[in-house]
Amino acid sequence: MIALADIERTAIELMRRAAIDLPEDVRAGIGRMAGATTEPLSRFVLEALAENWRAAEEDRRPICADTGLPRWYVKAGNGAAIEGGFVGLAGALRRATARATADIPLRPNRVHPLTRHDPGTNVGVLAPEIEIGFEPVGDWLDLIAVHKGGLFGSDWRMLFPGDGRDGIKRFFLDCLLQSGRRGLACQPAIFGIGIGGSKDTCMAIGKQAACLRLVGDRHPDPEVAALEDELLSLAGATGIGPMGFAGGSPALDCHVEVAHTHTGGMPVSVHAFCLASRRAVARLHPDGRVEARTDPAWFTPYQRREGVE
Amino acid sequence: MTLRHVSLTLPAGDDALAGLRAGDVVTLSGRLYTGREGVYRRVLDQGIAPPVDLASLSNANFHCSPAATVAADGTARIGAVTATASFRFSHWLERWFAVSGCRVMIGKGGMAEEDYRRHFVPHRAVYLTTVGYGTGALLGRGVTRVQAVHWLEELGIAQAIWVLEVRDFGPLLVECDLAGASLFAGMDRAIADRVEALYAGLKPPALARYGETTDRRQPIV
Repeated sequence: MIALADIERTAIELMRRAAIDLPEDVRAGIGRMAGATTEPLSRFVLEALAENWRAAEEDRRPICADTGLPRWYVKAGNGAAIEGGFVGLAGALRRATARATADIPLRPNRVHPLTRHDPGTNVGVLAPEIEIGFEPVGDWLDLIAVHKGGLFGSDWRMLFPGDGRDGIKRFFLDCLLQSGRRGLACQPAIFGIGIGGSKDTCMAIGKQAACLRLVGDRHPDPEVAALEDELLSLAGATGIGPMGFAGGSPALDCHVEVAHTHTGGMPVSVHAFCLASRRAVARLHPDGRVEARTDPAWFTPYQRREGVE
Repeated sequence: MTLRHVSLTLPAGDDALAGLRAGDVVTLSGRLYTGREGVYRRVLDQGIAPPVDLASLSNANFHCSPAATVAADGTARIGAVTATASFRFSHWLERWFAVSGCRVMIGKGGMAEEDYRRHFVPHRAVYLTTVGYGTGALLGRGVTRVQAVHWLEELGIAQAIWVLEVRDFGPLLVECDLAGASLFAGMDRAIADRVEALYAGLKPPALARYGETTDRRQPIV
């Protein structure tokens, strides 16, 4: 049995790590970019970012004051038993979100969309999002904290089969040029592109592609992987660097996820996981062990329902 | 090309501001206050007098919501500090400059060149942009004291007026200098020159989006 107290304690710690310690794959990626950038302003910005991450770690303060929208991805082994069941889990994650918001502190960004009332806890109606996936074998629970920034840089469009790869590329360029100038997308960002599914699936997998795959990771389907490479070099060709300065790329990486879709359509979503690409992962075991992990490993063959009856 | 670094003391005098050029790296020491749409709406649209004489506090207005908590006894704790996108506040500029005496506006992403020409240049004000945008920990480090938080009850943590004492607060970049020269506008033009080539050879989608052409009567299919 996985205890609720362990879930709540681990969740608070994950939110602290997400807000303060940038994942190693993102850090290394930005470091490689800084090394390759010759334009002085773009380079200055990338170096200032690295200095900022050091300051965050030393002072234990968040990387960015806009601490985004805290949300949860949970992966459960099919044999996982949780104290209080999944309702217990949801309660623990909501309590942890409110506690971490006050303790770290995070900015209470979550408000009612119409009244703009701010409960001050980052908890409210359908907030934080808790998305749950399953694996056929295992008695563990993976908690993945994501503090999603990137208000700008995301969009959705219904394209058609005849639009093909040209259509996907054009729409991706539209998004980059819409939000990359003046650096509104807070680039270099990790771009997640969802293709296919129904509209909601398309949005969900695009966001997961941005937030839950490591920089440098490629999709196992060679055709999808080739598109990821093409989109990444297209982003580079825009020459839109950090803060929208001429010189560099707005994309640290591009991750594409696909889902079977209506024969007449090709929905596409684009999501920017801003340069504060905040995620933290841990696995809880029923004996109370908490295992630190770096890779969310969200997209398994089962998660993609590959070869599943 | 190497970048020029300038330390600026707040409130900033005319001579110091006149020495700044678009593209300079700036750090600030002295006092500044945060104010964004919540404050602009209250002061300018609802006609509610500011809780304190802003001009006597500082001439630097920061478009910012800190990641902060305020304890029951009123003590404030600030973690990271990051600017918010300024372009949304354009329509308040004219009246705000007149009311506040602001000479240094600090934010994210700058404003339209037209805003600089119409409002910043006549009020002899500069615009400084934060860097990154994600240097919240560095900027948080530069805050030495929260002198006061005004309108916390009325506007909440994100929109309240935070009066901050800062030392070596930065880095910031001069986006618009006293002559109205804009760093971003120059960069935008350089990138716009490449756009045609990027789209060359990519066929347009079968169904356009309404408004995608500038002629609103144009059919979309």
